[in-house]
Amino acid sequence: MRPTTLKGRAFKFGDDISTDLIIAGKYAHLRSNLPELAKHAMEDANPDFVKLVKPGDFIVAGSNFGLGSSREHAPLVIKMAGVSAILAKSFARIFFRNAINQGLPVLICPTDGIADGDNLEISLDEGIIRNIAKNETYSFTKIPPAMLSILNEGGLIPYINKHGDLKL
Amino acid sequence: MGKTISEKILSSKSGSDAQAGDIVISSVDLVFVQDTTGPLTIRQFKSGKKQTLASPSRTALFIDHASPSPSRQLSNDHAFIREFAAETGCLLFDAGCGVCHQIVAEKLARPGDVIVGADSHTVTAGALGAFATGMGSSDVAVAMSLGKTWFRVPETIRIHVAGKFSRGVGAKDLILHLIGLIGADGATYKALEFTGNAVDSMPMWQRLTVSNMAIEAGAKVGLFPSDRITREYLKKQGRENDYTALAADADAAYERTIKVEANSLEPTVARPHTVDNNATAKSLSNIKVNQVFIGTCTNGRLEDMAEASSILKNKKVHAGVRLIVCPASRQIYSDAIKAGFIQTIIEAGGIILPPGCAGCLGLHQGALGDNEVCLSTANRNFKGRMGNPEGLIYLSSTATAAASALTGRITDPREAL
Repeated sequence: MRPTTLKGRAFKFGDDISTDLIIAGKYAHLRSNLPELAKHAMEDANPDFVKLVKPGDFIVAGSNFGLGSSREHAPLVIKMAGVSAILAKSFARIFFRNAINQGLPVLICPTDGIADGDNLEISLDEGIIRNIAKNETYSFTKIPPAMLSILNEGGLIPYINKHGDLKL
Repeated sequence: MGKTISEKILSSKSGSDAQAGDIVISSVDLVFVQDTTGPLTIRQFKSGKKQTLASPSRTALFIDHASPSPSRQLSNDHAFIREFAAETGCLLFDAGCGVCHQIVAEKLARPGDVIVGADSHTVTAGALGAFATGMGSSDVAVAMSLGKTWFRVPETIRIHVAGKFSRGVGAKDLILHLIGLIGADGATYKALEFTGNAVDSMPMWQRLTVSNMAIEAGAKVGLFPSDRITREYLKKQGRENDYTALAADADAAYERTIKVEANSLEPTVARPHTVDNNATAKSLSNIKVNQVFIGTCTNGRLEDMAEASSILKNKKVHAGVRLIVCPASRQIYSDAIKAGFIQTIIEAGGIILPPGCAGCLGLHQGALGDNEVCLSTANRNFKGRMGNPEGLIYLSSTATAAASALTGRITDPREAL
């Protein structure tokens, strides 16, 4: 089972963070070498991201996070960089589903009150995000039950390997 | 209550009375990957317990995104893909065949099919009345193995296009206008369904352009009815038996209807760095271009080659402009040679690339230099898309692109016609 409480710092991004900003197409030659690929996560949005991010930290963004390509490498490199959840006002459909399939929590919530560097504590069970720096709390939209059952198994392939079939 | 096209297809493929909002498990009629998503998909497939394909004859692998390969690493990925095809007996479309979405349209997609591809522009086959959508590697790996996937049945936004397109204006202008209107997330999780007399008479090559870009408004699918135009196209492709008629019920429930007057549309361009940031071509005549790219799954069809060639005929590309033209498939390339379009484009100073995705995603064959401007007929202008975050990408129709190649600045094609 996943940990139900996540703690870390916020890395703030704007609206419309595309899959090209998350992991540019020009690095397609590294897609069979995931540790090398992951060194370029978020590079064109924040060149220092991989250097600064620590295990457990969060990406916090505006609307339509992850628009564009179906490349599952996008949530994968974010997860490999150490990010424990992505918070955004809204997500693009394929990215949202890919993140869940990789066992990476994606939470839809208001993000304007969160600043870059804020320390956050997230209770996945309660659906609550606590902003320690600002002493504020926000709630996130519940993950649909079908997707929650996949997330709880750590992703789609572990889910299928355990259940042998799609049983949503 | 009547059904939308999405509800009809998903009812049939899930064996249930599917309505918008329902979660259904649907059978899958065609599943495919390309060379930049395929290796991860194959590894996900191989990490599953069931390692046999549900249907080898309806599983396809495409080598198109880096074709022919520009690097050792990608050549190794291609070898891995070929090996998987040999092991499983699935379909392989190797380097030179063309862009996956064009080949799916030419050879594989059938009205009423559910198609999942590890590429976001899988929506292109919606032009043939297929519920076709892009997914990531895990979902596609599961669809390959189990022959099914899950969907939330989407609500549908109807796009009703009435009237006639004016000269120099077409499907690309329509879809760029529409995305500007509703925004890059204006149809997230939704289906788009196209109706109206301008749609009834819209030829397949233009329908494919429109469906291809449904994802740029966030849509799950971009669906056209399967009708006379679909039948004619399938017949021309030697697949008339794949035809079935398909349309929404007259009393289908739409989330909303957006009406567009075709007559009122202008040649439209999306400006950097989002597809919804649009303006008329006319208003951008001060923008100088370094590179013009005509091709891709959006606008690399025979009719695009014809349009480009008619504008370029007996003229020369503007000094300092690189005109790169890439037919989307081998069939298109061959037909364009026979029709003389390729000769005309070369004589005007254009560069012809082998069928594939070319520079669209920034891997090779047309990466941008710092501060360079590319006017492209592709579907995406995101920062960094063509290999350089300092490059600037504008998107337009083939007519606008060809006219601009002649003047060296963004040009309303009506000035060149």
